[in-house]
Amino acid sequence: MSDPAPDQARAAWQEAYDATKLRDVPFETMSGVPVEPLYGDGPYPGQYPYTRGLHAAGYRSRLWTMRMFAGFGTAEDTNARFKELLRAGGGGLSTAFDMPTLMGRDSDHDWALGEVGHCGVAVDTLADMEDLFADIDLSSVSTSMTINGPAAMIMAMYIAVGEKTGVERSQLAGTIQNDILKEYQAQKEYIFPPRPSMRIVTDMMKFTSTEMPKWHPISISGYHIREAGSNAAQELAFTLANGFAYVEAAVAAGLDIDDFAPRLSFFFNSHSDFFEEIGKFRAARRIWARWMKERYGAKDPRSMMMKFHTQTAGVSLTAQQAEINIGRVAIQALAGALGGTQSLHTDAYDEAMALPTEDAARIALRTQQIVAHETGVTNVVDPLGGAPFVEWMTDEMERRAEDIFAHLLDIGNDSILEGAYAGIDDGYFVGEIADAAYRFEREVNEGKRIIVGVNEFTEGDSGERNLLRIGAEVEEYQLKRLNDVKQRRDNDAVTRVLTQLKTEAADPEINLMPTMIEAVKTFATEGEIVASLEEVFGTYVEKVFL
Amino acid sequence: MSDASTSDPQIRVVLAKLGFDGHDRGIKIVARILRDAGMEVIFLGLRQSYKNVVNAVEQEDADAVGLSMHNASHMTLAPKMVDALAEAGLEVPVIVGGIVPDEDIDPLMKTGVAAILGPGASAEEVAQTVRDAVAAVRGSSPQA
Amino acid sequence: MSLRGLPPADIFDKALGGERRALGRLITFVERDAAEAETVAELAHERAGNAHVIGITGAPGSGKSTLTGQLVKLLGEAGKRAAVLAVDPSSPLTGGAILGDRVRMEDVASPDTFIRSMATRGHQGGLSLAVPGVVRLLDATGYDPIVIETVGVGQVEVDIAGTADTTVVVATPGMGDSVQANKAGLLELADLFVVNKADRPGAKDVRRDLDLMLDLSHVSGQDQRTGMRPEIIMTTALSGEGAPEMWDAIERHRTAITANGQLEARRVNRDIDEVRNRLMADLESRVDLMLAGQSLAGVAEVLDAVAARSFSPTAAATQLAARIKDL
Repeated sequence: MSDPAPDQARAAWQEAYDATKLRDVPFETMSGVPVEPLYGDGPYPGQYPYTRGLHAAGYRSRLWTMRMFAGFGTAEDTNARFKELLRAGGGGLSTAFDMPTLMGRDSDHDWALGEVGHCGVAVDTLADMEDLFADIDLSSVSTSMTINGPAAMIMAMYIAVGEKTGVERSQLAGTIQNDILKEYQAQKEYIFPPRPSMRIVTDMMKFTSTEMPKWHPISISGYHIREAGSNAAQELAFTLANGFAYVEAAVAAGLDIDDFAPRLSFFFNSHSDFFEEIGKFRAARRIWARWMKERYGAKDPRSMMMKFHTQTAGVSLTAQQAEINIGRVAIQALAGALGGTQSLHTDAYDEAMALPTEDAARIALRTQQIVAHETGVTNVVDPLGGAPFVEWMTDEMERRAEDIFAHLLDIGNDSILEGAYAGIDDGYFVGEIADAAYRFEREVNEGKRIIVGVNEFTEGDSGERNLLRIGAEVEEYQLKRLNDVKQRRDNDAVTRVLTQLKTEAADPEINLMPTMIEAVKTFATEGEIVASLEEVFGTYVEKVFL
Repeated sequence: MSDASTSDPQIRVVLAKLGFDGHDRGIKIVARILRDAGMEVIFLGLRQSYKNVVNAVEQEDADAVGLSMHNASHMTLAPKMVDALAEAGLEVPVIVGGIVPDEDIDPLMKTGVAAILGPGASAEEVAQTVRDAVAAVRGSSPQA
Repeated sequence: MSLRGLPPADIFDKALGGERRALGRLITFVERDAAEAETVAELAHERAGNAHVIGITGAPGSGKSTLTGQLVKLLGEAGKRAAVLAVDPSSPLTGGAILGDRVRMEDVASPDTFIRSMATRGHQGGLSLAVPGVVRLLDATGYDPIVIETVGVGQVEVDIAGTADTTVVVATPGMGDSVQANKAGLLELADLFVVNKADRPGAKDVRRDLDLMLDLSHVSGQDQRTGMRPEIIMTTALSGEGAPEMWDAIERHRTAITANGQLEARRVNRDIDEVRNRLMADLESRVDLMLAGQSLAGVAEVLDAVAARSFSPTAAATQLAARIKDL
């Protein structure tokens, strides 16, 4: 099917635009100058390959979602925060978990000391999940859960809470990060080795495909890859490659591409080099669309439309003169908006040192509100499209990404999935990232790259900080809670279901989700479930590549 | 046999992250910095136990331990490392690098940590801090 | 209780008594060829000679550290007290090194296993002197077997692997022409070949290539130095598959060379080589001193003449050689 003639494409865009319900605001500059929704030519927003955006009207119809992370302390604390957010008019809950939970260990693990409830909420059993969502109607909210290694267990718990509160799993809306490949490459929150982990991910994809149509089973993330030190092209390429790997895995597991691809979403970093980031976002959409259509044979346009969430670069925040981070975040947020992100999280200025204080979190939210409502950039779809530098940067990002794809196809015998495994095994990803991080560090060290407040313009650091501290009561509470649950549950039932889970784990043909749900219902702990699976799958130990 | 080189004996440093924290960008950079400064780095990396670090110091006859800490657990984990080394009879300085808020610096030093390196430390500072910490323990007479 | 200031013989006794910190310190003495090294060497020599020394080498990325880890795990389970000497390359520019093999093995090793990381530089007289000294120490303090793991890229590393009683060469599929690409001499040294990552495509091809090569060398008469055809074992180090078979093959090799006297011959060669290497290292440093004009008179004049092109290097060397006896 050849591309439609230019006037046809334009007409199609116009039609789509006219059919869209727009926000009720004047699309004028501050001085009252009316502006068009679109300048320049195709490819048009809302049309393959979506370089200029996914929707004809862009932010004229809907602004990006302003999503702020929450979660710390006990499930009860977070539940209270959730309710506040819902009262304030939000419809989306975003959950962060503490380190032991993220690593698949319980709050009474040796290393959990000092970490329980710190960077997120502690979840050991279904009881905690019930507390977390107490008195919240799961059929009326969309919940995002940022967790990877133990994602299946946590999702199972969420489903179980739904069941217990009368909400069918088909009604549950939300997303779970569940992007295990990037763990081996960057974030390091893995548990099992790559291939068994991939089996769990495909089980979840299959399960949600038939049982949970409103659920996004993977949020393919570049944010962490960038935070680990990669450059922009690596962030772009590794993320998309991981996406392609999941596609290949799902197809190999028998799913039809258009059955699951529409529910895949992405998560990028927004860093400080303004035009590089914008080029990156635009290239991302274009590459995804092209590969999905031409290489993987997707037919449904929604399979080709890359939706992404963006977070401003945590790693760019400085402890020195922390207030100036507000400026950095504003610019990074602006880049995200000009790149067409679907949702955005802006970092708080004090996040370089600790979890953000409430004040700082509020300022971060206000920052993106300024971008959305005061700058006028949302009046025009892809306003930088057509600018020679921006188009060149988009092309250049794509070129560099294609080089990386070529390498992965090479080491993977023409399969991106196999290339991903090979790259994990031979240290390709971590090596590239470490090299890029080191290069950057040296540039800063040698003064070739200026970081304001760090190697230049250093006067003005007040040294005073108001830092958020988590008290020890959270840990005490959680340990007690965990103990209570273990006392009161039927331990025989726990043992039985875990044995069953192990048997099923050893058979790649069996989908683990149903038994996983049964397991969490017996109040087996996350750590116990993980340990059982480790007996079958093994534990991943990273090779050191330096 | 002719004598060993006239410069200081080569410094061997064990680098590790304790607990669950998975941020290893910094520790990998420090490893390269120390290597470029001519030291031998025994890189243990992520998710190490106190026992692993003690074993490494013993068997590798290490001169220093470098801990990279990024998630507010320095006040619990670092002192325990100091204690574990002392219990095993090992006299090696523990250097903490990463995110340590200013107000924690004094209390942390009081627990026996030898030095603290903040996020803005240059490569020279990192290497010199290690050299100084090792020299302080070795005293004026060269080891071995 | 600090080890500092303790006489080496006392530290040696502590090491014999199982104190690993003491052994770690002794190894440092030997590595740095410190003043205590000679005492330590004598003490070690008295008690050494029992351990089976296994060399494992291969190209970077062949998975040999994982493989060594699996081997060590097996040995621990079999109640053996094994030691590993993991040799990694130093930076040629700075002399520093990042030694990352240890952590690969730590998780699977038993508490009794002793692991020491060694860089290729910074050893007086070079690696070829440091390694035998350390191996002897480990042997003397009761570790058996002793595994020396090196990256087979430098000639020295290759040679060291070859000094073992049993030399294992690890190859993997997908590394291009990995068998040919390996350092010349490496293949001839192998007592046992391991094809790791046997689950990958191309593993069977590597095996076939090795078989072919072994057949050819048999036909041409250029057999392995032992005259025994090396076995080829397939392993998947990540899962541990093939590790027991590898150990069995190593044991078979040991039995065979003990029976036919080759084990003894190798050890003698090793010791004589060590004497030679020490002499050469000594000689080299004396020559360095001579050429720096720091030991004998008249040398500077000879070198000046070479610089002025009035004296050829050959003639200069002949003249100075005559004075070696004065060094």
